[in-house]
Amino acid sequence: MDNNESEFEPKIVAFVCNWCTYAGADLTGTSRIKYATNVKIVRFPCTGRIDFMLLLKAFANGADGIIVSGCHPNDCHYTSGNFHARRRWIAFRHLLEIIGVDVRRIRFSWVSAAEGAKWGDLVNETVANIRELGPYTEYTKVAQYVEKEDNNE
Amino acid sequence: MSKIGVFICHCGENISATVDCQRVAEELSKVDGVAYSIDYKYMCSDPGQTLIKQAIKEHNLTGVVIGSCSPRMHELTFRKTCAEAGLNPYMCEIANLREHCSWVHEKGEATTEKAISLVKMLVEKVKKDHPLTSIQVPITKKALVIGGGIAGIQASLDIANCGHQVILIEKDPSIGGHMSQLSETFPTLDCSQCILTPRMVEVAQHPNITLYTYAELDSVEGSIGNFHVTIRLKAKSVDPKKCTGCGTCSSKCPQKKIPSEFNAGLGTRTAIYVPFPQAVPNKPVIDKEHCNYYQKGKCQLCKKVCPTDAIEFDKPDELLKEDVGAIVVTTGFNVLKTDFFPEYGYGKYKDVITGLQFERLASASGPTLGEIRRPSDGQIPKKIVFVACAGSRDPAKGIPYCSKICCMYTAKHAMLYQHKVHDGESYVFYMDVRAGGKNYEEFVRRAIEEDGVKYVRGRVARVYEKDGKLIVKGADTLLGGAPVEIEADMVVLATAGVSNNGAEQLAQKMHISYDSYKFFAEAHPKLRPVETNTAGIFLAGACQAPKDIPDTVSGASGAAVKVAGLFSQSMLVREPLIAVVNRCAPPLFSTCVGCFMCETACPYHAIEHEEIKNRNGDVIKTVAKVNPGLCQGCGTCVAFCRSKSIDIQGYTNEEMYAEVVSLLNN
Repeated sequence: MDNNESEFEPKIVAFVCNWCTYAGADLTGTSRIKYATNVKIVRFPCTGRIDFMLLLKAFANGADGIIVSGCHPNDCHYTSGNFHARRRWIAFRHLLEIIGVDVRRIRFSWVSAAEGAKWGDLVNETVANIRELGPYTEYTKVAQYVEKEDNNE
Repeated sequence: MSKIGVFICHCGENISATVDCQRVAEELSKVDGVAYSIDYKYMCSDPGQTLIKQAIKEHNLTGVVIGSCSPRMHELTFRKTCAEAGLNPYMCEIANLREHCSWVHEKGEATTEKAISLVKMLVEKVKKDHPLTSIQVPITKKALVIGGGIAGIQASLDIANCGHQVILIEKDPSIGGHMSQLSETFPTLDCSQCILTPRMVEVAQHPNITLYTYAELDSVEGSIGNFHVTIRLKAKSVDPKKCTGCGTCSSKCPQKKIPSEFNAGLGTRTAIYVPFPQAVPNKPVIDKEHCNYYQKGKCQLCKKVCPTDAIEFDKPDELLKEDVGAIVVTTGFNVLKTDFFPEYGYGKYKDVITGLQFERLASASGPTLGEIRRPSDGQIPKKIVFVACAGSRDPAKGIPYCSKICCMYTAKHAMLYQHKVHDGESYVFYMDVRAGGKNYEEFVRRAIEEDGVKYVRGRVARVYEKDGKLIVKGADTLLGGAPVEIEADMVVLATAGVSNNGAEQLAQKMHISYDSYKFFAEAHPKLRPVETNTAGIFLAGACQAPKDIPDTVSGASGAAVKVAGLFSQSMLVREPLIAVVNRCAPPLFSTCVGCFMCETACPYHAIEHEEIKNRNGDVIKTVAKVNPGLCQGCGTCVAFCRSKSIDIQGYTNEEMYAEVVSLLNN
């Protein structure tokens, strides 16, 4: 990487589906396309499985940015999970705005199993964007919110 | 207390070239709960697997994390290895150190750090993992085939010949479908009935096949291996056991002018009828809509003349319940009628007919006994125009797709016409000739070169009547759009193949997907062409899209193999990575509040309602329950659940939260 020591290294978590994006990221590897080390992948069966509380949990634990990526519309292995994820994201981003989370810190994307290069680009772009936004220090607000939610359960 | 084993693979140098594997193993040994940590050159090799097995036994490991290539590559391998050493295979997780780390990053500290955190993440997950056992579902080794056309016939025979029971249902009074209506078949010009009717008889006589004609699917419940179906046996008004098929009733029936479905409306039939002479079964039914007795309350002439007293009026439909393990849907297609085309006469010119009607004219068993005669006056047409792509490939008509079979049957029709009317002239208006298939292109060339059929590339704009002739106006696009006008005696439209009546309702009954044209959707258009998204329900034939006979038959055999493959197992074994609703001690029983949001989310209709009752049998509450046969493990329900009562095994909330927290705190 071309960044120097003093540069901010964001922590980014990627929530991806097993069938498209995880396989796409595998293809990035098989194609030996290089990308930044900042993004770490958590595998889900489907983007429809991704409870957006997990995104808050990630912020609460110090994530500077998040990627959510699954199959392209109509390509979902489970028919419609990605549509549910998309709808959830549309509703969730407004809630994030209300609690004061900068929605630019979440990148929502589709990467198919054939789009290894796209995954590399997506990672590098996201890292560059988050680096520009700087470290995410307001997460304590979210943490408090999540804690309150947890206690209510 | 967890005792986790960590195994870091070098993958030759694929991982170790950029990741310091030894350091990863060392760092991991310091993690709480890790009892054993080691790196090795090839974990997937025999010695590598032995290493894992020995470690599991020696250290009594409760979980295993392997840092290696993608889990999509070797997850199964390592799970098997663990199982062989006595560890539950679902207590093994793979950290993707190759595709997601060593191959995509340069050698350096950051890469090794990432590898460490990836393995740590999975260690935290394994700590939360639960041992899972694969799900075993018993299989009812009996198949239901819906639709008795050539697809259904082939599928039934193939399954039955594998030794399994088959129930074949057909909504019409006879099996045979569209193929029985065809005259000759391309590209060999063998008579359709000659090759089909022996198969129809074979179906009727096969000891493993139970045939129900005049029957429709009423409802389906259950899942793969164990469907519970209800079949509606429509009242035939004729007792098939008593009827000998003598035909006296039909000859005496006063209702003689009902358009015959079998002859595509060109001939007539009676109200009590056998659709065609070679019908299987060859026993009549009464068409209630046209029967004098059912409509006006009197007549019963058939009952009076029947020598065996087989007529039974006013018998209700019967509902038959059957258990089957698999369903094959072969409900076929339909063709557009000519009244779909205002520019070609709105169905008002009798001599503008569809390709299917031409089949009946050309058929030796048809209304003209095989002579090509105009429906209007019975004259032999001297000039005939065939219009290909009537509706097909026309987005303006709502049918942008190619109906696939028309190019070939139009060539066949023109050829048959030339064979039967030697001094006749035939023209084919076409957009493109799509003759992909064995001996197909040669067949079309033969029509043009040997039989002198005139092909005009262009669309017909209009057909109108003038002085007893049909004036066909079009353009020849090969001659720069020069206008063409032909005075024809008859026009045959190769109307588009469309989905069958009631396809949408049937799909909804079975919970299978269909496309915007109401053709049924395959699970994968290329690699799973005969499966649906609902496990245990298969497809074949033209209910998927217009198809020719060879494609239909091979699809039907393919579906049959899928059914036979399913039935070859004694139990259906499935991965346990499915959703479950929690249960707990009374008086709570389950935290599920019964909102059934999961039900709206589930694409597989796997959510069932379960009633929890007290000792008196009163229902205390209704909670969600997952049908393990239907659930495919997508987990959409989990994200929908408001009370966090449903979770997906292998990707539980606890496990996923542990992963995220670990990833960010290292």
